[in-house]
Amino acid sequence: MGESLRAQTAIAGIGLSEFGEVAGWSHLELMAQSVVRALDDCGLKKSDIDGVFAMIEPTSLPVPAVCEYLRLQPKVMEGTMLGGSSFVNFLQWAALSITAGLCEVALITYGSNARSSKVRPGGFAAIPYETEYGARLVTSYALAAARHMHEYGTTREHLAEVAVAARGWAQKNPKAFVQDPLTIEDALSARMISDPLGLNDCCLITDGAGAVIMVSAERAINLPQQPTYLLGVAAEHSHQQIAQMADLTVTAAARSGPRAFEMAGISPKDVDVLELYDAFTINTLLFLEDLGFCKKGEGGPFLSGGRIAPGGDLPVNTNGGGLSCMHPGMYGIFTIIEAVEQLRGAAGDRQVANANIAIAHGNGGTLSIQVTSVLGGPDTV
Amino acid sequence: MGPEEQYQAHLAEGDIKLQRCDNCHATIFYPRVLCPDCGSTDLEWQTISGHGEVYSTTTTRRRPDRGGDFNISLVELSEGPRLLSHVENIEPDRVEIGMKVQARISGGEEEGYRLVFDPMEGADHG
Repeated sequence: MGESLRAQTAIAGIGLSEFGEVAGWSHLELMAQSVVRALDDCGLKKSDIDGVFAMIEPTSLPVPAVCEYLRLQPKVMEGTMLGGSSFVNFLQWAALSITAGLCEVALITYGSNARSSKVRPGGFAAIPYETEYGARLVTSYALAAARHMHEYGTTREHLAEVAVAARGWAQKNPKAFVQDPLTIEDALSARMISDPLGLNDCCLITDGAGAVIMVSAERAINLPQQPTYLLGVAAEHSHQQIAQMADLTVTAAARSGPRAFEMAGISPKDVDVLELYDAFTINTLLFLEDLGFCKKGEGGPFLSGGRIAPGGDLPVNTNGGGLSCMHPGMYGIFTIIEAVEQLRGAAGDRQVANANIAIAHGNGGTLSIQVTSVLGGPDTV
Repeated sequence: MGPEEQYQAHLAEGDIKLQRCDNCHATIFYPRVLCPDCGSTDLEWQTISGHGEVYSTTTTRRRPDRGGDFNISLVELSEGPRLLSHVENIEPDRVEIGMKVQARISGGEEEGYRLVFDPMEGADHG
């Protein structure tokens, strides 16, 4: 059943708005800038878009807001709110819509001016039994990190390795928002936010927007950019509030990963580059374990010694990630955009040699929803 | 009255009661219309021991002028379910995973009642 979506569709265009601190620009304006750039990238016109898969913040009706702003009348509209994983999830529904003939040119987009507007991210209303205790987004991630440390001996040094690796990649990305040098010692001595997570364990809050244009594989071949094929995608959830997560050391990526890999017909050893939603350093560690790159509990030692940093065996979050490149409220779409850059061989100084298969993995809520996608270059079809 | 209001009403009277499933015997938190495990709607309110153990814990850093650092823990009740709460009457950073704790009703009519936890009497707090 599932393999019918493998390589049926491809990402033909990508666009990033100006990002970082973009004062004076609304979230809709940043979104529109990213869409213009994605259309330029793939040589299609605004009027070609007949499917819209969107989330923007802060807007209660994101899809009509995007369609109105761009004056689009799509045949397919989708805006399911799965937090930061929404955008990798949109890949699945855009692929299905195109394959079923419901639409031909799908736009996936996101925009936020979380930094300039000071409107805090996530689209979260008060969560019963959590918010009343003063719990914030970081709380759940801190609780997961503390439990992982307790069960497996993971240390703050292991988490610092994740932050330092992300910064190393950011220093190779001229557009990354934070480029200052960062050492393990710097990360360990930074201000604590919610133990065991300190300042450098937490993602940035930036402005920014992204857009992805998806078409059928046949159509993508005739467009200017090298196609990036959607080889596999799967979504899983485990909870909304952290008290309901059965095991804080195992995310739903342990289920979304194998299903996405099965659809793609690959295993972790085939993956050349990983873009993992790193809202906090613990995310990267958990997802490496849950996606099968190392055994459960061994994530800390596995990623240490610069393994996921530039020059390491396993390139992870090559744009600098949410920790050092950008994180405008929700980061999911940027995992896709960086994966496409890498698979096109267009990533400049941070380019991973011969990148042919990439993972773009979205996380939503408080480790609540996990969506894994496998993307491939021309040699995979 | 729905299950959540019933839970609140019990707390207002000083009773810590959770639903227990007549079919699969799971104790349920938060209060629900059906058992999240087996789907049965045969649920009965039962007074719980209030005994629990810290499953995970974090010190939330907060500026002193806003009240200072405070603890947030996930507590696993001896009856099974886990809830997010505070462990109070101890320095926040002295709360440890595995610590035995005892539930106490906090809050009031206005803001709603809720469970918080204290270190269990006689337990070793290291």
